[in-house]
Amino acid sequence: MRLAYYPGCTMKTDAKNFDESTYSAAEALGIELLEPTRWNCCGTVHALAKDNVMNYLAPIRNLIRVEQMNEAELVDDKRVVTQCAMCYNTLKRANADAKADPDKMGKIRDFMEKEPNYQGSVNVVHMLELIKGLGWEEVKSKVVKPLDGLKVSPYYGCLLLRPREYGIDDPDHPTVMEDLFEALGAEVVDNPYKAKCCGAYHAVHLKEVAADLSYRILRQAQEAGADIIVTACPLCQFNLGDRQNEIKKHQREFEGIPVVYYTQLMALAFGKEGTGFEQNIPDPVPVLEEKGLL
Amino acid sequence: MGENESEMVTIHVMGKKHEVPADLTIMKAMEYAGHQFRRGAGCRGGYCGACAAMYRVKGSYKLEGALACQKIVEDGMYIAQIPFSPAEKITYDLSELKPDANTFLEYYPEISRCLSCNTCTKACPQDIEVMDYVQASLRGDVEGAARLSFDCIGCGLCAVRCPAEIVPYNVGQLARRLNSRYVIGPTEHVLKRVGEVEAGEFDADIDELKRSDRKTLQKRYESREVKL
Repeated sequence: MRLAYYPGCTMKTDAKNFDESTYSAAEALGIELLEPTRWNCCGTVHALAKDNVMNYLAPIRNLIRVEQMNEAELVDDKRVVTQCAMCYNTLKRANADAKADPDKMGKIRDFMEKEPNYQGSVNVVHMLELIKGLGWEEVKSKVVKPLDGLKVSPYYGCLLLRPREYGIDDPDHPTVMEDLFEALGAEVVDNPYKAKCCGAYHAVHLKEVAADLSYRILRQAQEAGADIIVTACPLCQFNLGDRQNEIKKHQREFEGIPVVYYTQLMALAFGKEGTGFEQNIPDPVPVLEEKGLL
Repeated sequence: MGENESEMVTIHVMGKKHEVPADLTIMKAMEYAGHQFRRGAGCRGGYCGACAAMYRVKGSYKLEGALACQKIVEDGMYIAQIPFSPAEKITYDLSELKPDANTFLEYYPEISRCLSCNTCTKACPQDIEVMDYVQASLRGDVEGAARLSFDCIGCGLCAVRCPAEIVPYNVGQLARRLNSRYVIGPTEHVLKRVGEVEAGEFDADIDELKRSDRKTLQKRYESREVKL
């Protein structure tokens, strides 16, 4: 299966380990991901301002390029796979808004002028939806190194689940990552804070707010006995992982817990190179070695 | 150039109306109308980027950009020259930079304001995918930004049009410098030639040229080997 893949800027900078492990995991599942030769910013949540057509240009242009890839028969269908939760949410919502509102679509076309028109034919999907669609038995069949004895606590954050109509799963009781990690042979640990806010962009201006919110999530996972937390969003990964040194300044008894992207553990379970663990903070390797997985 | 009325068109230069021959470029038409260029004219061949101009054509809302030495006038054109686009000249030591996204963001943080509206691309007289190279810079794709911006002549029209107030041509120049130094790296033939120059292999030839009189220099110039 060959599909268009929209990476987004973070996957090429701070989340290279997410990007790399995405390709590793996809390859094991027989999915070939193909980036558009040219792509621009997803638009981030600017597109939430529904009355400003300018903010729709970025996401819609990316969808136009997916249509072009499809016309050139470079990919199998008109789906575009996303991985970064921000990119997923923005592309998904911009796509739905533009399709639902002919007036808005008209304004977008008027502004873009000589650029090709968006036909509204693209379907934005998240990698987790794609994997779920393959079936958990299929995923299980690719596992060469089951994550035996590893207690994994999935964390979803906000942008994958909300608003409800665009979420990849039930925003109150998401299970897709739980199902995935059961298929990979891990022991899934529930965290009641798995869909609570990590602090998001407060990481920039109000570090202590993000540190406090992230700490609660990490604590809950630890109290539930987790060895490791998995995320599906570069910003969550940053707040929960990279920011643990900041958290330790406020919470002196906190000892830290590894946080990795879900695809990194998939790549590991599928026996693939390109897990990207060297980029993670804190280092997940000691825990994975202790469990005999590395 | 005939003065035949049927070959004349009306243009407005900075709001003043002129009748000019229809087959002139904006630059020549302005000179025909009495303007003298002290700035805003360079190679007159479309290579140097000094002669950016903006115009509207009668009946169209569109604000267009062009190189004055390349664009032929149209009847009813309203023309203004943009001899310089105000932009801060940032200085940096290339040897201390890293070829990544943070370097672009450190020196040109306004690139994070890019809306992907593509107005810069539409303004470019070189048909460069300007927005795409700004976006490539944002994600640290130095090679891509350098490649996409390669034909930039720094006319400044993209910077004048950008609603996010980015100065794309400076970003492209930084990309090409980073690409040359860190991605491509020094090339063998240049290093070899620099070595030859430093070893004094051409000193005798240069001295001979310096001692030559004008007539000899002219003769040598005219009989030089020209490769087209």
